[in-house]
Amino acid sequence: MVKQMHNTPMLDQLESGPWPSFITGLKRLANDEGKHYQNMVIDLLGQLEHSYETRKGYWKGGTVGVIGYGGGVIPRFSEVAEKFPESKEFHTLRIQPSAGMHYTTDSIRQLCDVWEKYGSGLVAFHGQSGDIMFQGISGDTVQQCFDEMNDMGFDLGGAGPAVRTGMSCVGAARCEQSCANEQKIHRMLVNNFLDDMHRPALPYKFKFKVSGCPNDCMNSIERADMSIIGTWRDDMKVDQAEVKSFVADKGRKYVIDNVITRCPTSALSLNDDDTLVVDNRNCVRCMHCINVMTKALSVGDDKGITILVGGKRTLKIGDLMGTVVVPFMKLDTEEDYEQLQELAENMIEFFAENALEHERTGEMIERIGLVNFLEGVGLEVDPNMIAEPRQSSYVRMDGWPEEVEKWNQRQAEKRAAG
Amino acid sequence: MSAPRMPIESGVPDPFQYMHPVMAKNFGTWAHHERPRPGVLCHTAKSGDKIWTVRAGTQRQMDLYTIRKLCDIADEFSDGYVRFTIRSNIEFLLSDQSKVDPLIKKLGEEGFPVGGTGPSVTMIAHTQGWLHCDIPGTDASGVVKALMDELHEEFIKEDMPNRVHITTSCCQINCGGQGDIAINIQHTKPPKINHDLVANVCERPSVVARCPVAAIRPALVNGKPSLEVDERKCICCGACFPPCPPMQINDPEHSKLAIWVGGNHSNARSKPTFQKLVAAGIPNNPPRWPEVAEIIKKILRVYKEDAKDWERISDWIARIGWPRFFELTELPFTKFHIDNWRGARHSLNASTHIRF
Repeated sequence: MVKQMHNTPMLDQLESGPWPSFITGLKRLANDEGKHYQNMVIDLLGQLEHSYETRKGYWKGGTVGVIGYGGGVIPRFSEVAEKFPESKEFHTLRIQPSAGMHYTTDSIRQLCDVWEKYGSGLVAFHGQSGDIMFQGISGDTVQQCFDEMNDMGFDLGGAGPAVRTGMSCVGAARCEQSCANEQKIHRMLVNNFLDDMHRPALPYKFKFKVSGCPNDCMNSIERADMSIIGTWRDDMKVDQAEVKSFVADKGRKYVIDNVITRCPTSALSLNDDDTLVVDNRNCVRCMHCINVMTKALSVGDDKGITILVGGKRTLKIGDLMGTVVVPFMKLDTEEDYEQLQELAENMIEFFAENALEHERTGEMIERIGLVNFLEGVGLEVDPNMIAEPRQSSYVRMDGWPEEVEKWNQRQAEKRAAG
Repeated sequence: MSAPRMPIESGVPDPFQYMHPVMAKNFGTWAHHERPRPGVLCHTAKSGDKIWTVRAGTQRQMDLYTIRKLCDIADEFSDGYVRFTIRSNIEFLLSDQSKVDPLIKKLGEEGFPVGGTGPSVTMIAHTQGWLHCDIPGTDASGVVKALMDELHEEFIKEDMPNRVHITTSCCQINCGGQGDIAINIQHTKPPKINHDLVANVCERPSVVARCPVAAIRPALVNGKPSLEVDERKCICCGACFPPCPPMQINDPEHSKLAIWVGGNHSNARSKPTFQKLVAAGIPNNPPRWPEVAEIIKKILRVYKEDAKDWERISDWIARIGWPRFFELTELPFTKFHIDNWRGARHSLNASTHIRF
């Protein structure tokens, strides 16, 4: 029996205008004769209109899951189910897409077919954590729906105090600025911690994000507990013929105003013959000139990654950026990748043992100090980890000679390794 | 009875099975790229192969019909290969240049705006809001739909000094994240506590621990164990509401919207920056939030007129200074703009560097 549509005068106003309308989409589902989800979406629209009228939300959490996992389904029960009974349960399945969010239409259609059978027909590509959000399913069909998606090769993502779904940029698949194999790093890190993802038991969430270059399209410094960013340490590449042709095309003033003077460390200079000089020792790999002159300039050959730790938003102690803990790491051999994996294991283990409940990695570091964290995960101090040395003299330094000796030893080892 | 099916813990799927063959073939060997027109990228590999990307805006929360329509379009024009960006734009991947213009035409006919590349205002990063979240002060998809209608021209053109990332968040947890412009709920009144429910619903010590300013303490109210809030200390952040729903923070009147600018995740030119407060007290006014749109459009208009090419909003303000920003945007500067959280002295002007 098809319900009558609720009056939705406020939502109706979101159907006009040039941008695609999610309300028009929901109404298509609500008018989908004979589909099991029709009444559910009719009541969902009713509840949403009610929210618009009263300016309040009416969902509450609960416990819904699949056998074998402790997380990955976001439970939603309506607080106004008396008025809108058909959408009283409207849970979300978080499904992890492939690294880099690549799809064949076949794979999307298959997911849609499963969702048509069990869910509301509403899908978000993608949630802010990087999952496909299949939104709107009642508790009694969650298991079947997940089983069928799982059989297709898709797995639930993270929720709660767990390792969360990771994100990586398109990277090496399409971008010349890529300095790393982003999808490999992303898959290796997340897939190594599936137990911590599917059975939430950490102090709080832990996120990996991977960007192939310092443009950091995945916002990893600001959002990831462990941020992996591709970089290079040899000279950037300059195709002088292309530089000349860029100058000829855009004009000298444009190049001086938009490239040369924008270098944050004044490492660029334009010669009288319109070739470019780069002071590579002072280049901080910010990417600006490479972003502007995409043909003439490119990243170097000696590629690797920089690792930053501790990014997060406000709750509870204020916004924190990730900060450098590994200035440069090569990722050429399988041993290199294993070393990265081991570092991630050390960090999550240290986090699990030392963070307070509901404390993110960055907050834990703020509380205990970076040095304690470095010692805990087995990393040596490095001047690339700081913007500037300490200003406060309120510190006890009676271990100074030993620390100097450690530094000297490491420098000697570095020289010996050449 | 047979044993239940246990999950296959397969984790993140391998992308190569879904990747356009030209991208898989040239993986890690791309040479350079250009933007032939707004919404289109052309990447050239060292092998000489080329791939065209046509980027289109979506509503993010999509019905099956919309998704299947996008699949039909991809089957016809892009060999059945697509990907999504972090900001919910869909990218069609084409190895055949002759299909680029017909695809753009088709997307136009079907109502999907082509754009979001280079110095444009791209799709707004957002979350669930009233549609699906358990703690939202406002809607997400509706705010974004209303704003993107207003900013449509800036999405399909590349007329901004540099790219503009806008985010929205329905509570102060800020799932939308940092943005050149962020539109976030800002509560202005302490939570209203339903003391009958607290003892049954909330784990009281963890709620007490959650408060950033230690304003919550256990109390007996009407003979029942509950929690009380020192309202003089309370900063109305709403951190207590998720672990304790009887501490209702959302208020139809007093949950306002605030606008923050200058967040930038990129390392290009300057180091990454967090967004800063510029406007608050804006009514949460569905279904189209006109007061928010007006301020956003004003900020964008001034940025477009005054910033130099390649300056993100944060770069631009760093050059012209905050007083000039408030002067140009005609936004009021109040005592609330001066930070008093820990470390706040770093945000004060400890110099005579003043522009007159």
